Amino acid sequence: MSISQKLEEIRKAATTELEAAGDAKKLEEWRIRYLGKKSRLNEVLRSLSRLSLDEKKTVGAAANRLKVELEEWLGQKERAVRRDRMEASAAEKGIDISLPGRPFPAGRLHPVTQVYREIDAIFTSMGFEVVEGPEVEWDYYNFEALNIPAEHPARDTMATLWIDSEEKDNGKTRLLRTHTSPMQVRVMEQKSPPVRIVVPGKVYRYEATDATHIPMFHQLEGLAVDKGITLADLKGTLYEFACRFFGKDRRVRFRCDYFPFVEPGVEMAIECAVCKGDGCRLCGNSGWIEILGAGMVHPRILERVGIDPEVYTGFAFGMGIERMPMLRYGIDDIRLFYGSDLRFLRQF
Amino acid sequence: MKVPVRWLKDYVDIDLPPAELARRLTMAGTETSMMSLGQGWQGVVIGEIIAIEPHPDADRLRLVTVDLAAEKQTVVCGAPNLYWGDKIAFAAVGTELIDGHTGEKAVLKKVKIRGVVSCGMVCSEKELGISDSHEGIMVLPPEAPLGASLADFLGDVVLDLEVTPNRPDLLSVTGVAREVAALTGKSAYVSELELDYEGESIEKQISVEIADTDLCPRYCASLIAGIEIGESPELMKQHLASAGMRPINNIVDITNYVMLEYGQPLHGFDYNKIGDKKIIVRRARDGEVMISLDGVERKLSRDMLVIGDSRRAVAIGGVMGAANSEVDEKTTAILLEAASFKPSSIHFTSRKLGLVSEASMRFERAIRAELTLPALKRATQLIIQIAGGKAARGLIDVYPGRREPEPILLRPERVNKVLGVDFSPERIESALVALGFHMKKASSAEGLLVNTPYWRSDISIEEDLIEEVARIIGYDNIPTTILSGMIPPQSGNPAVKLRERVNDILTGFGFQEVITYSLTSREVMAKLSQGLLEPEPLPLANAMTVEQGCLRTSLRGNLLIALESNRRHENGTIMLYELGRIYLTLGSDLPEEPEILCGLLSGSGEDKIWHGRREAIGFFDAKGVVEGLLSRLGLGAEYEEGDDKGLMAGRQATITVGGERIGVVGELHPAVAEAFDITGEVYLFEMEMAALLPHTLGHKTFQPIPRFPAVVRDIALVLDNSISNKQVIDFIKGFSLVQEVALFDVYIGKQLPSGKKSLAYRINFQSSKHTMTDEEVDKVQQKILNKLSGELGVSLRV
Repeated sequence: MSISQKLEEIRKAATTELEAAGDAKKLEEWRIRYLGKKSRLNEVLRSLSRLSLDEKKTVGAAANRLKVELEEWLGQKERAVRRDRMEASAAEKGIDISLPGRPFPAGRLHPVTQVYREIDAIFTSMGFEVVEGPEVEWDYYNFEALNIPAEHPARDTMATLWIDSEEKDNGKTRLLRTHTSPMQVRVMEQKSPPVRIVVPGKVYRYEATDATHIPMFHQLEGLAVDKGITLADLKGTLYEFACRFFGKDRRVRFRCDYFPFVEPGVEMAIECAVCKGDGCRLCGNSGWIEILGAGMVHPRILERVGIDPEVYTGFAFGMGIERMPMLRYGIDDIRLFYGSDLRFLRQF
Repeated sequence: MKVPVRWLKDYVDIDLPPAELARRLTMAGTETSMMSLGQGWQGVVIGEIIAIEPHPDADRLRLVTVDLAAEKQTVVCGAPNLYWGDKIAFAAVGTELIDGHTGEKAVLKKVKIRGVVSCGMVCSEKELGISDSHEGIMVLPPEAPLGASLADFLGDVVLDLEVTPNRPDLLSVTGVAREVAALTGKSAYVSELELDYEGESIEKQISVEIADTDLCPRYCASLIAGIEIGESPELMKQHLASAGMRPINNIVDITNYVMLEYGQPLHGFDYNKIGDKKIIVRRARDGEVMISLDGVERKLSRDMLVIGDSRRAVAIGGVMGAANSEVDEKTTAILLEAASFKPSSIHFTSRKLGLVSEASMRFERAIRAELTLPALKRATQLIIQIAGGKAARGLIDVYPGRREPEPILLRPERVNKVLGVDFSPERIESALVALGFHMKKASSAEGLLVNTPYWRSDISIEEDLIEEVARIIGYDNIPTTILSGMIPPQSGNPAVKLRERVNDILTGFGFQEVITYSLTSREVMAKLSQGLLEPEPLPLANAMTVEQGCLRTSLRGNLLIALESNRRHENGTIMLYELGRIYLTLGSDLPEEPEILCGLLSGSGEDKIWHGRREAIGFFDAKGVVEGLLSRLGLGAEYEEGDDKGLMAGRQATITVGGERIGVVGELHPAVAEAFDITGEVYLFEMEMAALLPHTLGHKTFQPIPRFPAVVRDIALVLDNSISNKQVIDFIKGFSLVQEVALFDVYIGKQLPSGKKSLAYRINFQSSKHTMTDEEVDKVQQKILNKLSGELGVSLRV
């Protein structure tokens, strides 16, 4: 048998056996048999010294080639076996991924805080600054300074929780503010124009609690005073707000309304999302949902804080906050906001 | 204010559909909705009674034959007011009517009444839903067209206006007509009448004196004698009913009708009941008592105005008449009052007495004194027409409060400046003319001098006129522009920013934010400190309930209530917090309103989780939250034993930052938990935001990352129980090359002598100049151990 025949035989046997070797142990046996010191291939390589120079060249090269080939095959086979083993072990270690994860508590902001953030961000981007004021307020700031003197019928529309008995006049009567508007006066007393502020905060009313009334709720007041501010600016600013908050596809309506501390007075409403303006139960058949009251700051108020209404004009607006998530999520009971029920709060 | 469109049409031409009318009124400032009268009247037609025969088998029933033009029908009817030739409303079988007895809707069926078949019904007002009257059938005016549908003849749309407090003129049909005219480009027909007077002069029959002219600027009256009390005409009754007022008798109905027409409340006295034929308008005497028309005894006081005769009060001025001078069936002469009262006084009186009437509602909204005469003349004329009688010659008109109205200067340039428009002076003028304003060029030639029409009381400055112009031209015709001025300099509100960060951090830790009422009860506040009410909460003067009787001095109360109520459906860990104000009394000044952060943690560790149990929430969870929060805010804190009465002694710490006390953390006192019906441990932390704020404002400086590796050594120490972890850490940190010391184990138990504990620390040694060798570290460590042993008696645990 020639050496080249011998090599061919080794190759055949090695290939067949390697094919059959299925695990690391078998592969090691195979390696010892075909690549080890006592392997036939090694015998061949060792016997080369006895051969002529020419034979050495041809046979030696063939034997060495076979050795490299066998090593390469082994490497391939080893990688394949390792991969099979990993796969097999993954199947063994398989888990029921439908089991719940280890709980990691998820905290949430109260929906009112969430809405405030959204609204504050819109107005902040338009150059308004967030300021805050006292919740226990003087009659003067809550009413008098806003053109609502004692015995004004507008007081009846804001049933008041009093700290001091209402009869104690002289404006030094304390009450729980019924709206965030007192801050209009407080801010203008402190700052000279230009002024652009929004005032978030709690307000209070003497209201028996039911699905639509609670004694404490939240408002956001806005005020801009400068030279040349117009009703058109009021419309533009609030329209921008409505577009960003409710979406550009909701129609917005501005109509005349009355608030003693603005003139002209404005109410902004948006198209009812349920009926798209046709009228339904949610919007009281009007097709519109009132969002806020607004208007040009009354000249008497500017005068009262020492701002010349001939030089400066301004607009103000005020909106209820709870209304926003109520409309957005279809919440039908305002009491839920302050009942602290986690089953409610976790939904937002 | 409910205004039937049919009535409105008496004063203004209307060619727009009611829905469009309502829309325009709404856009111009008065929210208006519509109600339909007669929607359910399909199948009701106008008929005439052509025969009335007795029922063969019942005394109280009769057989009525009705001509309906197309056919004749005979029905059984029990009404007392059946007369031959009367026009009536006839409902055919199948019509849906309101059952006169049950008040429910029911479909009319063919029935046999005592043996006689009845196919249909002659209707009462109640059955048609017009009023509550069910004593007899409704009789229609003779001109009602035979066989026509009732809905065509009487059906109507009623506009329901939500009138704002500044527009009392819209509490009248003529006022609404004027508004509608201005909004639709029409004119309103409201003409002033001239009266026919007969008989003796009124001054000889009654004298009027206004004693308190500050409360009553004008008092007018007429006198009509020889009248006969009776029912009002059908149309008047229908107008009143559809405007929401119950017809009573012709005199009362006329005063109400004219009030609805003109917006001026009127009051009719029985002239013969006025003592000494003298009217004195005066303040009530303290303690004076009067029974008002509704039969209630009213206690009056000096700050209320009464209309008196020579002896007694016969009315509370502008609010309600007295029973003692009421018009009744025997009345033959009427003293009719149309007066003007001080709005704030009426508001005060009506609120004080809890008596809001149609009259008081109008007077407190400041109707004009000029309204009195036109309304008085109109009512006097109607009384003569409807109730008969003759008016005495002349009218009483005592008018001490007369003031000449000042014209208002309106500059078109100012209109455009405030509205942001470019309206021509002509366009501005025509908007005002449409509303009944009169104007002339101001002599200074810069604008117009505008006179307000006598029915408007809400116009006193230029801006009021600007609003009139804007609402008539329409807010939709004002452009929308973006604020063009400079953005004012902003101070940045650090308190708001801090709150935002705290909100983010705590929700990030898994806390749920809650907002609870600021109103609470003294009882809840007292429970928090085991009965001691400190500080005294600020009470409300007019609390609705005891539960909401005062302002909270702590957030803990409502948070514990929230925890307890959630515990009813939630077994697992609950972590809540609130960021809100408390209210601390400062004498008669406004209270302090510090913002407080309060968080609660509660959980028994019994949450069933498939991969093992959670540990029960403990003090170190709460402290961990505080440490985490402060660390996120870039603050280090010190913790010292606290003495908060609401927390458990020995299991609470005062939190100090930069030497200033900013809050507490600890376990809720079990007695407090029990008072709130909470079982199990509750841990709580509380901080004052204002105390925290200044420490968060500084800027941080970057620390370079160490270039040389740290050498880590763990040591376990045995020490007296009395030595705190903090003491040991501070001690070790005092050595140079010690970079960090962290506690990793605490052991107290049998393997140690009593009174001893073992604390294990991991110390990082690090140099900023070179890589430390073991020998170097050994030396420092030995030094530490020696000093610990020498100064604190601490030994190495082996």
